Amino acid sequence: MQIRLDITRRESAAEQSYLLSVMFESDDPAATVASALTEINADSGRRDINGRPFTPVRWECSCLQKKCGACAMVINGRPMLACDARLAELSRRGAVTVEPLKKFPPVADLIVDRSGMFEALESAGLWLENGGTVGSENTDLGFEASRCLQCGCCLEVCPNFYVGGEFFGMAAAVPNTRLLAAADDAAAGDLKASYRKHVYNGCGKSLACRSICPAGIDAERLLVSSNAAAVWKRRFGGRKKR
Amino acid sequence: MVNIIGAGLAGLSAACELAKRGIRCRLISPQRSERAQSVLAEGGINAALDTMNEHDSPAEHYEDTMRGGCYLADPNAVAALTENAPAVVERLFRLGVPFGLNEKGIQLRNFGGQKKKRTAYAKSSTGKILMTALIDEVRKYEHRGLVKRYPHHELIRLMLAEGRCEGAFVRDCYSGLCAELGGEVILACGGMNGMFPRMTTGTTQNTADAAAELFGQGIRFCDLEMLQYHPTTIGISGKRCLITEAARGEGGRLWISRGGSRWYFMEEKYPELGNLMPRDVVAREMFFVRGREDTDGEVMLDMTELTQEVWKKRLSDLRDEIIRYTGSDPESEPIAVHEGIHYFMGGIDADERHRTSVDGLYAAGECCCLYHGANRLGGNSMLGAVYGGITAAETAASRSKDTDGSEPQFSAADDPLLTDARTEFTEALGEILTGGLGIVRSGEALESAIERAERLNVCCPREENKRQLGLAMLRSAYERRESRGAHYRSDYPESSEEYRRQTVAIHSGGRTEISFRSLPERRASDADKT
Ligand SMILES: Cc1cc2nc3c(=O)[nH]c(=O)nc-3n(C[C@H](O)[C@H](O)[C@H](O)COP(=O)(O)OP(=O)(O)OC[C@H]3O[C@@H](n4cnc5c(N)ncnc54)[C@H](O)[C@@H]3O)c2cc1C
Ligand code: SF4
Ligand code: SF4
Ligand code: FES
Repeated sequence: MQIRLDITRRESAAEQSYLLSVMFESDDPAATVASALTEINADSGRRDINGRPFTPVRWECSCLQKKCGACAMVINGRPMLACDARLAELSRRGAVTVEPLKKFPPVADLIVDRSGMFEALESAGLWLENGGTVGSENTDLGFEASRCLQCGCCLEVCPNFYVGGEFFGMAAAVPNTRLLAAADDAAAGDLKASYRKHVYNGCGKSLACRSICPAGIDAERLLVSSNAAAVWKRRFGGRKKR
Repeated sequence: MVNIIGAGLAGLSAACELAKRGIRCRLISPQRSERAQSVLAEGGINAALDTMNEHDSPAEHYEDTMRGGCYLADPNAVAALTENAPAVVERLFRLGVPFGLNEKGIQLRNFGGQKKKRTAYAKSSTGKILMTALIDEVRKYEHRGLVKRYPHHELIRLMLAEGRCEGAFVRDCYSGLCAELGGEVILACGGMNGMFPRMTTGTTQNTADAAAELFGQGIRFCDLEMLQYHPTTIGISGKRCLITEAARGEGGRLWISRGGSRWYFMEEKYPELGNLMPRDVVAREMFFVRGREDTDGEVMLDMTELTQEVWKKRLSDLRDEIIRYTGSDPESEPIAVHEGIHYFMGGIDADERHRTSVDGLYAAGECCCLYHGANRLGGNSMLGAVYGGITAAETAASRSKDTDGSEPQFSAADDPLLTDARTEFTEALGEILTGGLGIVRSGEALESAIERAERLNVCCPREENKRQLGLAMLRSAYERRESRGAHYRSDYPESSEEYRRQTVAIHSGGRTEISFRSLPERRASDADKT
């Protein structure tokens, strides 16, 4: 397989972005954008399609098996994990475009500073003030809501999220739901208020975020539970087992 | 003020413990905790909670851990670990971890090297689920100003003065600027995966640069020859992907084709534990059966007999992953598996209070050598990381002077250690190391690997440190003229009591010295208790 990668680069936050086009060849049918970036960077004789040498492309990765969220970027216009983006499936007329996430401030090349997403979790008060436990009726829900990678893909497509705003999107809704599954009554009150303020009130419920989540988190199911508890004052999650 | 290097399970556990005691700390990692290798852990965490009507006890957990590690671990440390394991898992449960439950409490599953069910789990994503809970807990303390994250920062080197650690010199990977962070240091920088690029089940973030720098600075390392090969991994783009031991714990079986029929070699040779023998044994048997003339093809992991209930309730995430990476459904077809480098039992020398060879410096989690001897049991490393993080924090807390808490000043620095190792170099070194440190080793192969590593061309101090650390791994394996746990020598296939000692590696004045050290005896007072 031979694919042209059109990569949006930038030396630093202060500088303008520009396009790098580079050919990548592989006989691995499962080769991903992540494996392409790794191999291109490893080759000290790397050249672009015009035969010009270039410096390694900066990007972040860690697990290479879609479990850590490090490598989120915009590929063919869609936010996804580079390590899960198979070139053979994505190639359009032999090319794939690779850009950094756009909702977050750029750092360099494909790296962006996602601090805003983490600061949102802090300002939403997402922790258990007094500890808490998850009963067997909510094991599954608690599990599902513990799986968020904090990759930011959902925020990238969310029409209502921007860094510094009041609305924190699905990346905050998911952990909030986990905490609601465990919190005692006192802490649950604050978590519900935070949920209303930072999730429910600003969410257009288009669920544009849902199909984008690389972890496949069942956002709708989590929202139904959290909405029931935080907005409609009904019971959260499953019925207590006896 | 305490500086914690690494934000995986060990680093987060240390941060929580310090914050609970009102001691401020900095949590330093090149990427966020969500990206740490700990999120990959699948199968579970061990504790003799005795909820499965099997009359389990910490004493049996202790015995299994010591036996699994071929009696190469500090017995007092292992006793403390296994004694405290139930409290550690309960503590995690009280942070809202959705462990699988039964009517007696936390449900436990079978794991390798242990006769009783002792592994608490959250399906097969236990590490991720524990990490989420600990990250939320640390966030509480960040909000209170007790924990400050440096989430795109890496350790460049320790600040050592007169044999004492006075802080850490770190680089902001985004800006390239550096700063000196004063205070005690807890190392929680994970396994040395980067010594074997593309060949381990771990993350690219654990580059082993930290370990190499520490080694270069003369910090004492132990048992560097002890690498764990996991029996069941599959090759995916850029790495080995683990198939959790829980696949066998829940009933998966290994076979290889022999004379046209399936040979369940583990069950035949080891009737008691069968497919759940300790990892070193399974990996080695796989290597040997594959090499036989009467067998064909790869070793297969067969999960087709698992019930719908098990797939749905306990391994649904594993099934999805296998389908994604192999294209076949493990519910209906066996999958080919191969051994892969998975865990580093050896590392920074730490005592039972997690002190290292340098005053003011502590180590916890996979970067340190303490609990696992010559072979780590599945489920014991997350336990060791959490308990180790807590213990290191306790020890550091008793020493920490809350001195320099001011915001460090980052500025441009000119230091030869800031030049990264070249990919060509790390790949070449990795290849040499695997040549010497395979599942089956020999004096001859090790000599040749040592010779090649000595000749390897280095371009910067980071490369030199890595080369020295690699050489220390090879030399430790060469000096251990016996077979024990993960270290198997074809020229010395038996264990020898004379070698029931730890290898110690120290680098100073441009030379590395490898020696042996006896293990402490189990203290009588503890032995009576368990
Ligand atoms: C696929 C897989 C499955 C596993 N399954 C299990 C299991 O079921 N049960 C079990 O008990 N164990 C399991 N393990 C092992 C276990 O997950 C690890 O041993 C444990 O999580 C290690 O935790 P840690 O905190 O020591 O290190 P890590 O989680 O590796 O964290 C290391 C930290 O150090 C940071 N770091 C690295 N270099 C630097 C530097 N230069 N400067 C600053 N920071 C740095 C990293 O960014 C990271 O934050 C598994 C491991 C893998 C890879
Ligand atoms: S449902 Fe729409 S508005 Fe709400 S978080 Fe998802 S994308 Fe954003
Ligand atoms: S909800 Fe999904 S897309 Fe959004 S941050 Fe979490 S894992 Fe990423
Ligand atoms: S590298 Fe972890 S999700 Fe891609």
